[in-house]
Amino acid sequence: MAVSSLFRTCPDTGLPVHLPAQNLIRANAVAAVVALLVGGVQGLMVALTRWPDVQLLPADWFYLVLTGHGMNVLLFWIIFFEVALLYFTSAILLKSRLATPRIGWLAFGLMVVGAVLANIAVLQGDSSVMFTSYVPMRAAPHFYLGIILFAVGALIACFIFFGTLVIAREEKTYEGSIPLVTFGAMTAAIIAVFTIASGAIILIPTLLWSVGLIGNIDPVMYKVIWWAMGHSSQQINVSAHVAVWYAIAAMLLGAKPLSEKVSRMAFLMYILFLQLASAHHLLVEPGISSNWKIFNTSYALYLAVVGSMIHGLSVPGAIEAAMRRRGFTKGVFEWLRKAPWGNPAFSAMFTSLIYFGFLGGISGVVMGAEQINIIMHNTVYVPGHFHATVVAGTTLAFMGITYLVVPLIFQREIIFPRLAKWQPYIFGLGVAGISVFMMGAGTLGVARRHWDIGFTDATLPYNYPDFAFLLMALNGMAGVLAAVGGFLFIGIVVGSILFGKRRDAASVKSNPIIGIGGGTAVSSYGSEGTLKLPGTMVLVAIFFTAFFLYYWVNWKYLSEVWPLS
Amino acid sequence: MAIFPPEQRIWWKQPLHGVEIAWIGICLVWALVMFFTMIVWHVIGEQNLSNEAYRILPDVYQERTEAMVAQYQVREEGNTGIPVVHPPAGTDIYMMARLWEWWPILELEKDKTYRLHLSSIDWQHGFSLQPTNINIQVHPGYEMVVTLKPNKSGEFGVVCNEYCGIGHHTMAGRIYVVE
Ligand code: HEM
Ligand SMILES: [Cu+2]
Ligand SMILES: [Cu+2]
Repeated sequence: MAVSSLFRTCPDTGLPVHLPAQNLIRANAVAAVVALLVGGVQGLMVALTRWPDVQLLPADWFYLVLTGHGMNVLLFWIIFFEVALLYFTSAILLKSRLATPRIGWLAFGLMVVGAVLANIAVLQGDSSVMFTSYVPMRAAPHFYLGIILFAVGALIACFIFFGTLVIAREEKTYEGSIPLVTFGAMTAAIIAVFTIASGAIILIPTLLWSVGLIGNIDPVMYKVIWWAMGHSSQQINVSAHVAVWYAIAAMLLGAKPLSEKVSRMAFLMYILFLQLASAHHLLVEPGISSNWKIFNTSYALYLAVVGSMIHGLSVPGAIEAAMRRRGFTKGVFEWLRKAPWGNPAFSAMFTSLIYFGFLGGISGVVMGAEQINIIMHNTVYVPGHFHATVVAGTTLAFMGITYLVVPLIFQREIIFPRLAKWQPYIFGLGVAGISVFMMGAGTLGVARRHWDIGFTDATLPYNYPDFAFLLMALNGMAGVLAAVGGFLFIGIVVGSILFGKRRDAASVKSNPIIGIGGGTAVSSYGSEGTLKLPGTMVLVAIFFTAFFLYYWVNWKYLSEVWPLS
Repeated sequence: MAIFPPEQRIWWKQPLHGVEIAWIGICLVWALVMFFTMIVWHVIGEQNLSNEAYRILPDVYQERTEAMVAQYQVREEGNTGIPVVHPPAGTDIYMMARLWEWWPILELEKDKTYRLHLSSIDWQHGFSLQPTNINIQVHPGYEMVVTLKPNKSGEFGVVCNEYCGIGHHTMAGRIYVVE
């Protein structure tokens, strides 16, 4: 620690906090929340438009707003937040200074300019191409430019993270290996480099094509490379939110991974086996062979899935082990019943884990089977699936850690703690609703990105089953609930940052953030003394049964459609 | 604790928990089962997507579609002016995607096999055959040839489920299956 005036000591954890890092974390977190607000309003409008009896927006606005929604939440909210997490898990957790904070501000500036530019392009109305921007549909050049600038900023942030790891090691701010949470963030950052490179490979030519410098971009090739970015960016999200699960469990309960080895290996599996899994976005494209599809979905995707399934055991296992050591040993589930459900960080984390596994994980693997994809591709089943992964999973986990970041990094108390207690449940329930109802409607064939499933203006209208209309109405209602939960979150967080009581040594005593054990670990490793974990075993058994049944049910559905080959 | 460096420097020598080993085993076996299921389905399953695809110029594809319509048109659909085509069983049939229609309407015979050529002459579209629920991506410049065997008679809708611009939600076509 060269210049000690650049550090403060955290009253909660005793960690030295590098102030320039803290400022960057704050800036990125605030930008993330702004993007979530914009994107969330857009999501609500989309859900209300897809509610057949409401049909809020006219068609052109629907497609415009849907483009904005995907872009603002999936790219801008998530990635700004991830940059904040990268700085947090490197500088703060390693007690180090952040590498080149100035360049951090440059990265931040690029990302803000890019995000604003892309939003302007969308709002101008001639870039309603969806965030996937499949060619040969063409957006305005500054749409692509905005996204490229944003990506460059994010790439710089990844290198600042790596730089900080190097500095921390050289300056010996920690001993031994980096913490598991930082390891998870490192996984995310490594995948991000690959992701952004793929993005550049495809989006830069597309930008040139949009201004007329390149004549033609092959639509299949575009998709193969675009999804090398699009898919691996989802693996960034998974790595990041799994790291957040471990972090919240550690901070609140002193939970340790059962075995560092297993958890770290599971993260490594994300890096090793993910890159080609973009195949599962291309299962019904022409000109891509079954061999390639099967190899790349299963070698790459399934081993990454195994990684997630391992975390799915070891995160609740770590929590169970920690709680049992603290004496909650009665029966199979006392540890779970007595967990801090009233703490929004914990409830967000645990519901994120459950929804991600049961709704998002299972549906994703099923949909990623080569042949089953035939009955799901481009139906609303797909957004149903990824609202479970990236909203109920990633977004909810990020919301959870925000309840810790506000007091620790913004040094403010959470205002309206009662409301905060309810927020994760409201948001979680709403998102679970949109996921399940869209998956249901998708099973009935309802198309995604579709303004009017009643086909009022079509020459040859098709009638979807009545039940599909009901499901889309329920989806609209669940969307309202999710939006209420989302706005509560934003209100509480922004309110706390602006008006919350300053957090000082006294409030650390009266309202400790760092959990019931004062943040001390309860053992030197999670599985020490080979603790029995019956609750976790029951949970994974239920999970596996659900997975198993749902998987085969979908092969049954498939077997009933017209034979084709 | 996961936010601090592991206490044992050599974390890779920590013992594994029995539950974890068992779970990893189950996961790996399950991954293999899912892998082989896809392969087995290619052998025993009746629903596999075709691997037959060609590059094709949009005008060539359009000409072939028009030739089929000229040869096998049986009527027009109501007063829409859209041709209904009844090609012989076992032949090559076409359904062209363009902004914003599936053209023409096909009339097929139940339990007969057809080679359906799918392509677009402008942007990407999504062939979504309902209610049987078969969904195939359609690209300009590529044609996929799918061998289809309708196993139910009746009226089927072809919805476009790839966003293709402002008329996307009006893009619906039809296939009739007769006994
Ligand atoms: C208030 C909460 C939200 C609601 C009500 C909502 C609702 C919806 C609906 C109804 C769709 C349209 C499906 C379609 O027509 O194809 C959609 C699309 C989408 N949503 Fe959300 N959503 C919400 C939050 C989020 C968040 C937080 C994320 C990401 C982290 C997200 C990511 C996406 C993406 C990527 C799409 C696809 C856009 C596209 O097809 O191009 N949503 N959302
Ligand atoms: Cu279309
Ligand atoms: Cu369309």
